[in-house]
Amino acid sequence: MAKISGTVEFNIEACKGCELCVEACPQDCLAMSPDLNHKGYHFAVLIDDTCTGCVNCALVCPDAVITVYRERRPTSSRQPAVTSEAAI
Amino acid sequence: MTRPHTEPQIQIDSPANQDYELVYKRPDTLVDIPMHYCPGCGHSVVHRVLMEVVEELGIQSETVGVAPVGCSVFAYDYLDIDMQEAAHGRATAVATGIKRMLPDKYVFTYQGDGDLAAIGTAETIHTANRGENILIIFINNGIYGMTGGQMAPTTILGAPTTTSPKGRDVAIHGNPLKIADLLAILPGTIYVTRQSVHKPGTVRKLKKALIKSLELQQQKKGLCFIEVVSNCPSGWKMTPVEANQWMEENMFPEYPLGDIKSPSSQDEQ
Repeated sequence: MAKISGTVEFNIEACKGCELCVEACPQDCLAMSPDLNHKGYHFAVLIDDTCTGCVNCALVCPDAVITVYRERRPTSSRQPAVTSEAAI
Repeated sequence: MTRPHTEPQIQIDSPANQDYELVYKRPDTLVDIPMHYCPGCGHSVVHRVLMEVVEELGIQSETVGVAPVGCSVFAYDYLDIDMQEAAHGRATAVATGIKRMLPDKYVFTYQGDGDLAAIGTAETIHTANRGENILIIFINNGIYGMTGGQMAPTTILGAPTTTSPKGRDVAIHGNPLKIADLLAILPGTIYVTRQSVHKPGTVRKLKKALIKSLELQQQKKGLCFIEVVSNCPSGWKMTPVEANQWMEENMFPEYPLGDIKSPSSQDEQ
């Protein structure tokens, strides 16, 4: 079975550093940045490429700063999977 | 899933421009400003889930909310629907008026435990007893968050607060008020449930409960009551992760999650 690949984007200026997404991530691919945002919070970042786009982090995020993406699958994609054929 | 596939503000190197499809984003019905809640607060999760439901059901222009007094007093700034602010504890009375004048609208109140279970107990119980076709969303974090962590009627026994520093004592302060169980025995309520938002699975369950209660409201079945057992990291003086753990260990035995009264169980009787 092909591995599902996903990724997340954070609105880091709205993140309040509560770390709930880090707790919720089943792949342990989120962590708190050592840097601070303008409000002085350590914001969450993606540290690994093991994200599956499971949406768990976004569901528990109190400030709705997380946007989740998942890799397009050739069967579900509306466009012909030209890129995946090219990759082979 | 009929979620509108509008793109968020995407940077040029965003995954959306490559071989990725959007699976989750902040709902458009939630105003795009930072919420004032403390880090890790359950209020903002409930706001977001509620607005996801409104967006998915496509009822943004048909929904009227009533905001309370308490931490969530600024709910009208965040929820992009018609909102009305009520006097302290009187949200269900205001919602009664709105629903009776606009019976085709979806009307809900959003209240905390100080608002609904303390100063507004009379309004809450009588609204439920009249069986008004509204939805009451009750956030129970067992403390007065906005005013500095005082004891609430829903504070569990032994929990220290600024007004019960040695912990709530049943001889002095009485027992925690289980308002959901109280309302479940009234014939006017159709659906009474207790949910939580501390884990992804519980957030999904809350979403289902919200959809179910709005459907019941459309069918004019009676009053729906959703209690959300929530956290208060600032008031409990814990980190958000610790607060959620404390809530699981201490709040859930007192306030067990699940449906207390649902239409299917009532039909069987």
